[in-house]
Amino acid sequence: MKNDTETLAVRCDGITKTYGSGEVRVQALRGIHLDVQAGELLMLVGPSGCGKTTLISIIAGILDQDEGECVLFGHDLRKFSHKERVIYRGKNIGFVFQSFNLIPTLTAAENVAIPLLINGMEMEAALVQANERLRDVDLEDRKNSLPTQLSGGQQQRVAIARALVHGPKLVVCDEPTSALDHETGRRVMDILKKLAVGHDRSLVIVTHDARIFEFADRIAHMDDGRVVQVDANSPSQGKTT
Amino acid sequence: MLQIALKMLFGDRGKYIGIITGIALASVLMIQQPGILISIFSRTYSFISDVALPDLWVMDPMVQYVDDSQPMLDTELYRVRGVKGVEWAVPLYKGNTRVRLADGVLVTSNMLGLDDATLIGGPGVMLQGKLADLRLPDSVIVDEAGANGRLATPAAIPGGKPTPLKVGDVLEINDQRALVVGIARAAATFGSQPIIYTTYTRATTYALSERKMLSYILVKTKPDESASTIAQRITHETNMAARTPDEFKTMTLKYIRKNTSILTNFGFVVLVGFVVGAAVTGQIFYNFTLDNLRYFAVFKAMGATDRMLQGMILLQALLVGFVGFGIGAGITGAFAAATSGGTGLAMTLNWQLLLGSAIAVTIIVLFAALISMRKVMKLEPAVVFK
Repeated sequence: MKNDTETLAVRCDGITKTYGSGEVRVQALRGIHLDVQAGELLMLVGPSGCGKTTLISIIAGILDQDEGECVLFGHDLRKFSHKERVIYRGKNIGFVFQSFNLIPTLTAAENVAIPLLINGMEMEAALVQANERLRDVDLEDRKNSLPTQLSGGQQQRVAIARALVHGPKLVVCDEPTSALDHETGRRVMDILKKLAVGHDRSLVIVTHDARIFEFADRIAHMDDGRVVQVDANSPSQGKTT
Repeated sequence: MLQIALKMLFGDRGKYIGIITGIALASVLMIQQPGILISIFSRTYSFISDVALPDLWVMDPMVQYVDDSQPMLDTELYRVRGVKGVEWAVPLYKGNTRVRLADGVLVTSNMLGLDDATLIGGPGVMLQGKLADLRLPDSVIVDEAGANGRLATPAAIPGGKPTPLKVGDVLEINDQRALVVGIARAAATFGSQPIIYTTYTRATTYALSERKMLSYILVKTKPDESASTIAQRITHETNMAARTPDEFKTMTLKYIRKNTSILTNFGFVVLVGFVVGAAVTGQIFYNFTLDNLRYFAVFKAMGATDRMLQGMILLQALLVGFVGFGIGAGITGAFAAATSGGTGLAMTLNWQLLLGSAIAVTIIVLFAALISMRKVMKLEPAVVFK
């Protein structure tokens, strides 16, 4: 039987987070308990301001919680030094953003190569791997294009290639389809589901887009800083149960 | 990631050119203005440099700088010649005179009267004629800049181009005939006036009649004694001041620095160049960083260390500094080459000046990098999700 460390990608236990102080104090998270299984695609859904982005930031190790414990693959990142945490993030986490965040002056291949360069790989070798990932997202022929020469869907596919190029264990996505039309959004989700989710890789997606709920393994509903319900998705029906 | 930093910099062409231009302009100001200042200052003692032979300049003790000659009696020359350790001593007249051109225009010029026998103190480079021709009756030698410029023969028709003076032309100095027997090259003077060389005796006839005509006594010391020892001896025995050429140059330079606002004015322009350069460059570079702040946050989220990001910003800053300084130094070098040799605006470009301005530019770009780094270091990577 596998223990928690092997089956759990993320374990959040009693996480709270407050922004500001005094009269402008806003409690974004009010004691979050949530697990993400290895190889799972979990969606965080809920109304604006419910704390989804704060939670995904804490899970990704780019924001500190006030209280509680967030463990990634058996590691509590708060016990790491700042530098250790940065390096851990660089090796183990991939990011996909709503607005793609591709560097406008770099080609698609160079954008994809960035996580490898951050991890110390030479440019030439990084570009070889970047081109392979671009092939995975059907964009090898656009490897030398600048982001402005690509459509929204193509840019998001480049961003997905960038998020996966260094083989992270966890990929976090913030509204990956909200800037795309329905058809393109579905194609992006197909690629994400196919490439990003695996036996040893988990995917956490923050989304408002009900059209893509069917791609989730589980859906965590949030409201007012709490996870109010977690539904397992039925693949056959494409509905939450 | 350093390659990525360069691509980010070159990719934003507008800002890149803006930063480079700011640094280039600051470099021009910081190289050119001190260069012109050095040139102007060197002109204050150019006459001393041109008269290369003597070891000592003997003068009235009240002389404060080279153009402030206080006439002495001709008999002082013989007293100096009698001082032990003096190899030779010759008279030198230095004064202003007025030259009337063919069209009646009067041009104030420097007149130098050289020792009749030896012609010591004469120009080092003759472009036309020979120095010895000064021994011909009524003869003068004119410096190249004066011959081509203010003493050039006026055009016969109004609006025409003046003809440069040449050997054989005749000038009128204080109602007396002066035959041009040579054109010489001389360092430009502080006042950019034409220089007319003639013999000491003839100079005293051209000049307005004064009781005392001897401006300086040029002294060569015997090789077995130091110039400073003999200078002390001359002062002790004749009550006149004796200075080495370097001492005389320094004294002249100090007087000009103390009694004119040249240093203050040029220094202010250099300071403005530095401050404006720092402000413009700092602002544009900071804006460039601000424009890319979101991407720096993405790098941070993706695992870029602080040192990695600092290296990227530092490389960008040093590169724009290097390119901007190169362009600025190139422009200034071209200016220096274009203005060299003339009597007008000119500048001296030396390695000390380039090194100093390179250090100033480095300080500017490091300042720009520092304020940008501070912003990036304080940046929370969580902003990538906002």
